[in-house]
Amino acid sequence: MSTVAALRRTALYYTHKDMGAKLVDFHGWELPIQFTSILKEHQAVRAHCGLFDVSHMGQIFAQGRGALEFLQRVASNDVRRAPPGKAVYSHILNESGGVVDDVIISCLSPNRYLVVVNAATTEKDFEWFRKQARDADVELRDQSAGYGMLAIQGPRAAQLLAELVPGCAALPRFGVLEVPLFGQPSIVQRTGYTGEDGFEAVVPNEIVTRLWEELMTRGRSFGLAACGLGARDTLRLEAGFLLYGQDIDDDRTPLEAGYDWVVRWDKGDFIGRDALMRQKERGLGQKWTGLKLRGGGVPRAGTEVFAEGGRCGVLTSATFSPSLQIGVGIGYLTPPNFSEGMRVEVELHGRKVAAEVTALPFYSRPMPKNGS
Amino acid sequence: MPSPEQCRFAKSHEWAYLEGKEAVVGISDHAQHEITDVVFVELPRIGRRVKGGEACAVVESVKAAFDIYAPLSGEVTQVNAALGQDPALVNRSPYEQGWFFRIRLDDGKEQGALMTHVQYEEFLKAEAHP
Repeated sequence: MSTVAALRRTALYYTHKDMGAKLVDFHGWELPIQFTSILKEHQAVRAHCGLFDVSHMGQIFAQGRGALEFLQRVASNDVRRAPPGKAVYSHILNESGGVVDDVIISCLSPNRYLVVVNAATTEKDFEWFRKQARDADVELRDQSAGYGMLAIQGPRAAQLLAELVPGCAALPRFGVLEVPLFGQPSIVQRTGYTGEDGFEAVVPNEIVTRLWEELMTRGRSFGLAACGLGARDTLRLEAGFLLYGQDIDDDRTPLEAGYDWVVRWDKGDFIGRDALMRQKERGLGQKWTGLKLRGGGVPRAGTEVFAEGGRCGVLTSATFSPSLQIGVGIGYLTPPNFSEGMRVEVELHGRKVAAEVTALPFYSRPMPKNGS
Repeated sequence: MPSPEQCRFAKSHEWAYLEGKEAVVGISDHAQHEITDVVFVELPRIGRRVKGGEACAVVESVKAAFDIYAPLSGEVTQVNAALGQDPALVNRSPYEQGWFFRIRLDDGKEQGALMTHVQYEEFLKAEAHP
């Protein structure tokens, strides 16, 4: 037997094991990749609802009179778009315009924010924040170890969660609610990573298992499925969402990723702005572009893409799309101006398979603007 | 089509059902269960000569690709075209509708190296609890 560093476990580890989940090492965390079948779990989220343990994600709180000013400096999006009770998705950039992380910033009350960060980047982000906050009137606390997080996603998520959190159904998209759950202070927000309506609940570790079990029991009449990272990945990929560390990293900019909308040029200065401005003036060398196969086969991260015989890029995320029933992938292609419908080829197990450039997302459904 | 008891098994989880000088090849119920949702199968070309132990087909699940090895040497004479339309047949019916291909065998001796169903079940138990 080989000796490996002990994997970190969420509060729900034994619950997952008892349910027969297949567990994998995900950036040092032992997490379920699937409970029954990725396809079934995927379809449950698209048609009904699914429950995900995302307790590996990090929670950094920023508090103080300088909190907004600090966040405006480190975030590419305009944090003023998140007044109390609202959240905003943003990239955190380095001086070169590369992405330190992609995060959701929630304003809990004036001068008090929660930043939900990726698991593998929690420590890096916290260090980056501390470095940038030196003179600012802001207190930063990494509370990741004390909190668990569940995602309840799908068209019936609001009905289900409303049984425990009556106020959740009235939340707008990206609305944030501080609410006691089983007597413990918790945060429920209408956010997610699936391309469906849904919620993420940040709760103290002590009640994660209880919340999971309560939702699983009540969820029976809503078609709820426990879902693993496998379905989370196919769902987010169909929705065209970036996976940090795979699709973007410290050397990729939001402009290359086609996430221009998270860059608010008009909000004032922020870290990475000058570098992005220079890149915008210079023009992009590559752009993150979606492809749909025209034949059989399943592209994977690392699959090479060819246009007119020459290699034009590599897919960073790719899979079989359960909704489209065909292979799909997204990768950085050169030149960056491939337009929808253009024919390319991907190489799968040594053979070339026809594909075409497709607008992202591969899948979308209308989001409720206000409540249900 | 065969029952598992009538098949011979390779350690790489393919089964072979011998019919005279030919063998039908598929993957075991254990293998399909481990792979879960089969979404694509790439089959060998008819007429291809394969050697026992040679990778000659690919099974794709949502998450990963798996090589399928020819359990015996010979020439591919037929492939299961139904897998093109419905690859999940491999999950639903691993020993019947989910077969992969048929080989005309080079000789009848190689099969002795394959496991019987009883031996394969023992092999699975040993694999699960080394």
